[in-house]
Amino acid sequence: MTAIAERRQASRLMPRLLMAPAVGTLFLWMIVPLAMTIYFSLIRYNLMQPGNEEFLGLANFEFFVTDPSFGTAVLNTLLLIGSVIAITVVGGIALALLINDPFPGRGVVRMLLISPFFVMPTVNALMWKHMMMNPIYGVFAQIAQSVGLQPIDFMADWPLLAVILMVAWQWLPFACLIFITALASMNREQLEAARMDGASYLQQLRHMYLPHLGRSIAVVIMIEMIFLLSVFAEIYTTTGGGPGDASTNVAFLIFKQALLNFDAGVASAGALFAVVLANIVAAFLIRMIGKNLD
Amino acid sequence: MSTSHPLPAARAERVPLERAAPSGARVVRKRPFDWALLIRATAAWLVTLLLVFPIIFLVMTAFKTELQAIHVPTLWFFTPTLENFHEVQERSNYLHYAYNSIITSVGSTLLGLAIAAPAAYSMAFFRTRRTRDILMWMLSTKMMPAVGALVPVYVLAQKSALLDTTLGLIIVFTLSNLPIMVWMLYSHFKDIPPEILEAARMDGAGVWGEFRYVLVPLGMGGLASTGLLCLVLSWNEAFWSLNLSAANAGTLAALIASYSSPEGLFWAKLSAASLLAIAPIVVFGWFSQKQLVQGLTFGAVK
Repeated sequence: MTAIAERRQASRLMPRLLMAPAVGTLFLWMIVPLAMTIYFSLIRYNLMQPGNEEFLGLANFEFFVTDPSFGTAVLNTLLLIGSVIAITVVGGIALALLINDPFPGRGVVRMLLISPFFVMPTVNALMWKHMMMNPIYGVFAQIAQSVGLQPIDFMADWPLLAVILMVAWQWLPFACLIFITALASMNREQLEAARMDGASYLQQLRHMYLPHLGRSIAVVIMIEMIFLLSVFAEIYTTTGGGPGDASTNVAFLIFKQALLNFDAGVASAGALFAVVLANIVAAFLIRMIGKNLD
Repeated sequence: MSTSHPLPAARAERVPLERAAPSGARVVRKRPFDWALLIRATAAWLVTLLLVFPIIFLVMTAFKTELQAIHVPTLWFFTPTLENFHEVQERSNYLHYAYNSIITSVGSTLLGLAIAAPAAYSMAFFRTRRTRDILMWMLSTKMMPAVGALVPVYVLAQKSALLDTTLGLIIVFTLSNLPIMVWMLYSHFKDIPPEILEAARMDGAGVWGEFRYVLVPLGMGGLASTGLLCLVLSWNEAFWSLNLSAANAGTLAALIASYSSPEGLFWAKLSAASLLAIAPIVVFGWFSQKQLVQGLTFGAVK
């Protein structure tokens, strides 16, 4: 009897002990930088002039928010996330439907298709910047010239579009493979029955495929949002946020303040803003996936 | 469009035929030529090759000389050279960065698994009302953009002498992957029927025994795919390695970024370095793609 009581005691303590390292470290990882960020955001803090700190109140926030780059950066962040999600979800579904049914070499296609997802962001960015988008030697320029068009200088004229293309290229395979996984669990008989009844392809798409994919679309959007909120390396290695602020997102703007202008105070104010932005997105996502994950 | 898919009757016929066919000969050939299949297969291959084209181009350029690399129009046939790889190693000490990449990604994967597995086990088998909230909270920490913590983490790393050390990177990588690792492991563990653990407990297995003899063998798939994903994420991690490391602890992702200087347009060397940086993880990813992608859905897509 005492043994059972002991076990029961243990079984209440044990789960907590096992969870403690993960919860504890994550809590510290969240709370320590957050507290420091709040503190830094209220003082004058230049990394190049230590010992010069003084209390500023909300001046850093005012500076960050009234910076003309700020509006552009928020807009760019939303544009980047929105476009990449739109491209990868629509493209991913189309591609998944294309390779859903068996054909010769389907296994190899699947394997090749996932490759861009494993390419590190810095390689991805430089590959596209130089070899694809270079206005003189790049593949796009050659194609444009061969049909008699003026080559586009992506980095100068369409920097945000260039970044969107790079990021979308990386995430399209991921979306596609998730949709393939979801399609595999579709009810075949129902689909065959719909076909026998003469449902057109569009009807099948609308009434059978898309409803079945709803859950996986939610998952793709969730995962991509987590990673796309902090797109950084692609911008850092290609456009450097420019020209001007044309391809600066919020993450890159904060980076510029912190490590290029050495103004940790303003950067921290910006970081708090990013945290608020992330929380809004997170609240929205958690409501969405609350329904979809169990 | 509906002709592109065999009707149920046709399908039913195909199965016995396929079985009867000697040495697995393709039955498709015995039927009238399937144009829809040809079009579908061609389209699928074309789109795939188009998507992978930048990588193919990168691989080709890595074996060209600098002059061949920027030749317009693109040279498709040339005598390959290994000179670039040699030079990348000479000039920027590729092996040093590769070593850092291996140490940091393997280190953070092992450390992450050691912290995440017990937590996921506890959440999956000792569910309380708060389990769900804790999981959501963990995921929400991952949604914070890393840049939000850049200044404090930079200052802390500097103060604790962890700036530009592999240990510093391991710690940061582990922490930033931890939420996803707990989630993935949790979604795998909760598919293990609790009755099995119950039985083990009845037979007198302690927590360690349960973990060792039931959970690890049954949850191997989950542990493996979580570890793989963490390895890939750490290998490709660029934000923290760019900001927290330099010559000493720099990883391959940071090394490649140093090739981005606008003047140094050395395509062949850039390609060779890039190929060396992505080849291990891409090949690795090919063989584990199924687990990886499924793992990343947190078990929400079966």
